[in-house]
Amino acid sequence: MNEWEVFRRERKGQPFEHAGSVVAPDADFAEAWAREQYGRRGESVALWLVPRDQIRDVEDWADEFDLKYRRVDGYSIKARLKLARENASAVAEGGA
Amino acid sequence: MGKLTIVRKVVCVAAVEVPPDEQAFLEYVQSGGQVETTDWMPDDYRAKLIKFIEMHGNSELMGVLPEREWILKAPTLQRKLALTAKVQDEVGHSQLIYRVAEDLGKPREQMLADLISGKAKFHNVFHYPTYTWGDVGVIAWLVDAAAIISQKALLKCSYAPYARIMKKICWEESFHILHGRDVILAMVTGTPEQFGLVQEALDRWWGPLMQFHGNPIPAGEDPMYKWRIKSQGNEEARQQFLDGYVPQILELGLELHDPKLRKRDDGVWEYTEPDWDELKHVVTGHGPKTQERLAFRKHFLDQEQWVRDVVLAA
Repeated sequence: MNEWEVFRRERKGQPFEHAGSVVAPDADFAEAWAREQYGRRGESVALWLVPRDQIRDVEDWADEFDLKYRRVDGYSIKARLKLARENASAVAEGGA
Repeated sequence: MGKLTIVRKVVCVAAVEVPPDEQAFLEYVQSGGQVETTDWMPDDYRAKLIKFIEMHGNSELMGVLPEREWILKAPTLQRKLALTAKVQDEVGHSQLIYRVAEDLGKPREQMLADLISGKAKFHNVFHYPTYTWGDVGVIAWLVDAAAIISQKALLKCSYAPYARIMKKICWEESFHILHGRDVILAMVTGTPEQFGLVQEALDRWWGPLMQFHGNPIPAGEDPMYKWRIKSQGNEEARQQFLDGYVPQILELGLELHDPKLRKRDDGVWEYTEPDWDELKHVVTGHGPKTQERLAFRKHFLDQEQWVRDVVLAA
């Protein structure tokens, strides 16, 4: 008996999403269980069945060089924005 | 701006790993962190998950028995088909749920054996008899409504594989509630006798329904809440049930025979203290139908042993 991960596509054009898993002796049984458990009410237009031991798991994400500047969380503009607004309003008041 | 904030959040969560010590793990789940099957988890967390998920699976499997009794006695072909589909759905839920518990380390055969022997529990409402088609309507509408409140809260469960299957389960439950409400509406708009059958069934089920969400222990003292297996306390769930369904019951002209039942100005429902002794007595295997239904389940497990043997040998 092997574990099979089940991915389902809800509608055409949507990505496959992990739904759950089934235990089955072979691919045909796995398909039968998966059809029954993840498709019998028309809630999926397609299923992917993947033997669990065939999945290559990638979970380590090294970030030794602090590459945050490539992402949204690399920028904290709050303090500078506040300062810029204060400067601008000080100039406006001074000019009045 | 709202969209940017979301992107920022996703990036941060993706970078967080499940922490490999119990205290840090607890803080991780309490701050909304989710755990996958292959992640490290404390033994206590795993044990609590298995206990909770196993009871849920048992309840789905045992919960079909009171309704199954009515497939042959359903009043029309349409109702017979709908009830059959619902029973099939609930057994399907137990398959999905047992699979999650099995993946956490408890073999399915062991779970079924513990169910039959009475070692493992199932929900109080499935230990009671059904007398009329009115009971079927009340079960499909109100028992399912109470259950879906608990199940919706599990969409936020800290154990992600469980939360994911709950999406599909909640989707199917919404059809069950509508089916139940439709049965009730047909009866309350029918003959006075049919209306009476609904009122009598409601009177029978109100006690067990009020006990369904469990003792009002504070969420902070609930081990299932501590680990964020549940995302709300028992009383919170019951209040949500009362808030959603008391008005829907009363608008049909049905009566709830609890003299203390009322909604306070601050929005909190007051009610007569549910019979917690009855709840304890029933779920520990002493309900009016407990032994009969377990014997029935055992009969079919024995009868179909050969199917499991064939599949396991394949």
